[in-house]
Amino acid sequence: MALALVLVPWCFAAVIFAIRGQRARPYLVAAGTLVQAILVLIALFLPEVTAIEGWLRLDALGRLVLGTTTVLLLATAVYLPAYLEQHPTKSNRGFCTCMMAFAGVVGLMTQAYHLGLLWVGLEASTLAVAPLIYFHRTPRSLEAVWKYLLIGSVGIALALFGSFLLGYAVLHGGGHPSLLLPDLVASAPRMSRPWLHAALLVLLVGYGTKMGLAPMHTWKPDAYGEAPGVAGALLAGAVTNCAFLAVLRVHRVAVAAGEADFARRPLLALGLLSMLVAGIFTVRQKDYKRLLAYSSVEHMGILAIGIGIGGGAVFGALLHMVNNALAKGTLFLTAGNLHRAFGSKSTDQVRGAIRRVPASAALLLAGFFAITGSPPFGPFLSELTIVGAAIDRGHILVAGTFLALLAAVFVGMGATMLAVVQGNADGTDSTPPVREPVALVAPAACLLCLVLLLGLHVPEPLAALLREAAAELDAP
Amino acid sequence: MTALVDSLLILVLLLNFFSLGTTRVKALINGSAAQGVVIGFVALFSQGELTVETAVVAVSAVTLKGIVIPRLLLRALRDVRIRQNIEPFIDYVPSLLMGAVGSGLAILFANTLPLAPEHEGALLVPTSLSTVLTGFLLLTTRRKAISQVIGYLVLENGVFILGLTLVGAMPFLVELGVLLDLLVGIFVMGIMVNHIGREFSSLDTSRLAQLKEE
Repeated sequence: MALALVLVPWCFAAVIFAIRGQRARPYLVAAGTLVQAILVLIALFLPEVTAIEGWLRLDALGRLVLGTTTVLLLATAVYLPAYLEQHPTKSNRGFCTCMMAFAGVVGLMTQAYHLGLLWVGLEASTLAVAPLIYFHRTPRSLEAVWKYLLIGSVGIALALFGSFLLGYAVLHGGGHPSLLLPDLVASAPRMSRPWLHAALLVLLVGYGTKMGLAPMHTWKPDAYGEAPGVAGALLAGAVTNCAFLAVLRVHRVAVAAGEADFARRPLLALGLLSMLVAGIFTVRQKDYKRLLAYSSVEHMGILAIGIGIGGGAVFGALLHMVNNALAKGTLFLTAGNLHRAFGSKSTDQVRGAIRRVPASAALLLAGFFAITGSPPFGPFLSELTIVGAAIDRGHILVAGTFLALLAAVFVGMGATMLAVVQGNADGTDSTPPVREPVALVAPAACLLCLVLLLGLHVPEPLAALLREAAAELDAP
Repeated sequence: MTALVDSLLILVLLLNFFSLGTTRVKALINGSAAQGVVIGFVALFSQGELTVETAVVAVSAVTLKGIVIPRLLLRALRDVRIRQNIEPFIDYVPSLLMGAVGSGLAILFANTLPLAPEHEGALLVPTSLSTVLTGFLLLTTRRKAISQVIGYLVLENGVFILGLTLVGAMPFLVELGVLLDLLVGIFVMGIMVNHIGREFSSLDTSRLAQLKEE
């Protein structure tokens, strides 16, 4: 089972790469993702999924990320055929192959119980997404993908360096170096402290780069701005979550070593800095796709802060991870629709979208309210949990800054989003509404419904999963 | 055995300086190829006893870093037909000086680190630090897209050396996975280098400056 979650999508990817039918490929991606979703559903109900002597194991945290990502992948796969129909002249071979392969990489990442394997998975996800960003073959997208590749690769090389430092901490502590997660957790209390501290910092910088935490976020606005909506949804909802998963795996070792306090401080600092950067750059941001990128920086900051506070905030951060991924799916898929309808992503040209593409614009606006933490959507609940825990644990200053920055981003994002959706198109805009195919709207609508449902009620199986995952990440 | 490994590591350090000082892109690629080969041999000899698995990892490292990747890069270079000069942001002599000072500091710093007894006085850790530093220097101070790729490659070499201190921590398959990722990464970057060359008629990354906040 564990291996099937990785290999089945890769087999589909190989078939998609091999066949010639330009029209058939997106449907094959949809079919492959559906098969993968069914496999994931089965795996989620199995009590234990493991393979290759415990290198692959689907634990609570992995189930959480895998489940969320699969929902997002399914939504993008339904969106894909209708999207590619709009670009019939471009070869979609690379795009479809990479998207399918990415599904397998997510299977690998979420089950990897060996830090080396985790690294291999995250690097593979970086590479699988790169061709998606470069789909339009413009000089701008070339620049974006170059920055993404270079900064991402350096970050990930640092993460490997950090993994080795962690191994050295075991060696110097007198143990046998092994990067298997259970071995690391077991030997954590005896690890050599200086090496462990160095490893934790380097790993946070490395995997934090992939998450897009400030100040390592510089690739993000460019990549998200130039990537097609589908790729943006995967980047903001899936790749970042995989990187966050890697950060959490490392955090678990830190907690086991009794160094939770040491590990929390940089997480808090980077988290607050990310929110601050997002707060500054969302104000007067004219490009609504870059705006979404800064929103992603903000939410990665929120996740880091949640873990940095600890206690009940860990539960909140994990719930927020789910909410953020689903809401980002809605936002990027609808932003892609607007981009196509108007041929621009600047508020100078895009105004009054509610008249030209009513369904997409309404969803974008609702998605904006969801992501900025307005009730009754899910992010409101998860952010409230984090703030509550922060106050509980005496982080009054952090809680205050957190709320102020949330408000700043709300105002900055709101100005742009409202201009895009409602804005006055100087009265002369008589362009009739564009036809919006159901397949380009329904996936975003479904994701938004899920975000809404999570705000009203967190189902018990999910809550149990969240509690189990949070328990491992929290020091007593 | 330690003497042999140490002399190989000194070769790695010298190749770092060569990469920082050379003015030609082709020489830079060849220098990184040579470094890859030397590191493959370090991998072979540094593990104490010789097993099939270390041999396979070493051979794959030599093949990939010494032959396949340099060929990929040389081909990308030939396809885009650019001028051969590296044109750094920071000139060769200052970057050499920075590299030298950095390596000196890395050795001094490594001596103050609490090393495991088997690594005390050995060059494995300082060489790794110095190579990572060289990679960073190349990445940040070189203008051409292709020299930045080599910077990444050198950085990765440094990380690889640190990995050699951990006998048995990285299972064989994972080690090969890391190498495979490196290969695919360089391959994708090579394609992008090619596109950059065609799109901008140059590999100067300072032309990639359209995307910024207004």
